[in-house]
Amino acid sequence: MANYSTNEFKGGLKIMLDGEPCNILENEYVKPGKGQAFNRVKLRKLISNKVLEKTFRSGETVESADVLDTELAYLYTDGEFYHFMNNDTFEQIAADEKAVGDNLKWLVENDMCTITLWNGTPITVTPPNFVELEITETDPGLKGDTAGTGGKPATLSTGAVVRVPLFVQTGEVIKVDTRSGEYVSRVQK
Amino acid sequence: MTSPIPWQPTATQHARQARAQLLRAIREFFYQRNVLEVDTPILSHGSVTDVHLQAFQTCFAHSDTGKSQQLYLQTSPEYAMKRLLCAQSGPIYQIGKAFRHESAGRWHNPEFTMLEWYRPGFTHHMLMDEVDALLQQTLGTSVGQRITYQQAMQSHGGIDPLAADRQSLINTLQTHKIDIDNPETLNNDDILQLLFSVAVEPLLGKERPCFVYGFPASQAALARVSQHDPRTADRFEVYFRGAELANGFFELADAREQRQRFERDNEIRRQMGYPEIPVDALFLSALEHGLPDCAGVALGIDRLLMLKTGATHIAQVLNFPVGNA
Repeated sequence: MANYSTNEFKGGLKIMLDGEPCNILENEYVKPGKGQAFNRVKLRKLISNKVLEKTFRSGETVESADVLDTELAYLYTDGEFYHFMNNDTFEQIAADEKAVGDNLKWLVENDMCTITLWNGTPITVTPPNFVELEITETDPGLKGDTAGTGGKPATLSTGAVVRVPLFVQTGEVIKVDTRSGEYVSRVQK
Repeated sequence: MTSPIPWQPTATQHARQARAQLLRAIREFFYQRNVLEVDTPILSHGSVTDVHLQAFQTCFAHSDTGKSQQLYLQTSPEYAMKRLLCAQSGPIYQIGKAFRHESAGRWHNPEFTMLEWYRPGFTHHMLMDEVDALLQQTLGTSVGQRITYQQAMQSHGGIDPLAADRQSLINTLQTHKIDIDNPETLNNDDILQLLFSVAVEPLLGKERPCFVYGFPASQAALARVSQHDPRTADRFEVYFRGAELANGFFELADAREQRQRFERDNEIRRQMGYPEIPVDALFLSALEHGLPDCAGVALGIDRLLMLKTGATHIAQVLNFPVGNA
């Protein structure tokens, strides 16, 4: 397994800490004029998603994490696993429920998702920033409300619930920002 | 077509002008005070033994001894300038390049510009007055604040650095949420320096420069041990807006003690498996001849320029930082 020296630390570098792959968010080199140098590092644990700060002695080495982001198309779920495919090689890979987590509600067939692999196994699934989903249920809104004040909850085909303007109706397809979970616009079919 | 290699300087024309102006203001400051500008070599046979300072080395293949010689790039012009003081130079200053074999960072470049000056007849307190005057004149700061190292650590670090035992030092790391593996392998000074850098320094000198003096005697470097409190050294540092700006001493003049400190450093180097550094015999010989009582200070010009221009990274005030040099 490759090692990184603290000299190589920078945002985006993937290292192992407490047996878990981590992404370095920030690295600050601290060197008192007279004294030992340290690296103060902010990192995100990629499985538990915890953000923590850690101090290293400069010159120390840490194990690198074999972490890779790939763009794969979502195919289907068999109830236990979520199956994705590389559209170039047609190679398929299955992610478990833990890797998909809350993003389950944004998985749309054929959408390109970012799958983070650790030693070849999916650890996180990130949906595209915007997805288009059909509304399966929402209260009939008042005619003439176009300002979108207040809004109402709408249930989407994946089970996700988002707030939509009053004029949006059941059966319509809407665009949602998956990062904030907010309604963006209606989609013309 | 491949994209061209980015050859452009990282500093703006404005930063270059600010540097030229700053250097001119510094020279004027010392001219007014009758401090002589001097020039000493960057390459030397001896170097610093300080365990945490690594010098760049190079090889001189054409020496008059017929053998190739190991030469070091200076980490500061301190030894050479003290030799001038021993030769009755009177007050002197130098603006020049210094080199440290360590990582680049927000406040660090391995090659940097240093202002160093020495004042015969000054104590470190008198020299702090002069550093303060220089900052007021070049940065437009108000009169600096002065606190002892002990006060700074007690009020911001929550520990008495001169009295705390080892276990409470290690515990204090946890109090400040400093998560480091095997803290028990750090020596007491490492822990104090880490605490100071992380928990104390960011709180110092927010509005005006902060002069911290009376560092622990174990961190004396080339300063005298205090006559008032032998647990401390007559050493000061200047902090302003996140930068460690300057480091000064009431200079150690005792050649015997100086030699012992060098040898102790090399002993620690041996234990840690670091290369030993040849002690600078010319410097020690000058000290034996006699160094006038004096105070001296080194100040990072690039950091001063960062503060002057509001730069957030040292690369913004350097034309070609190490990655681009």
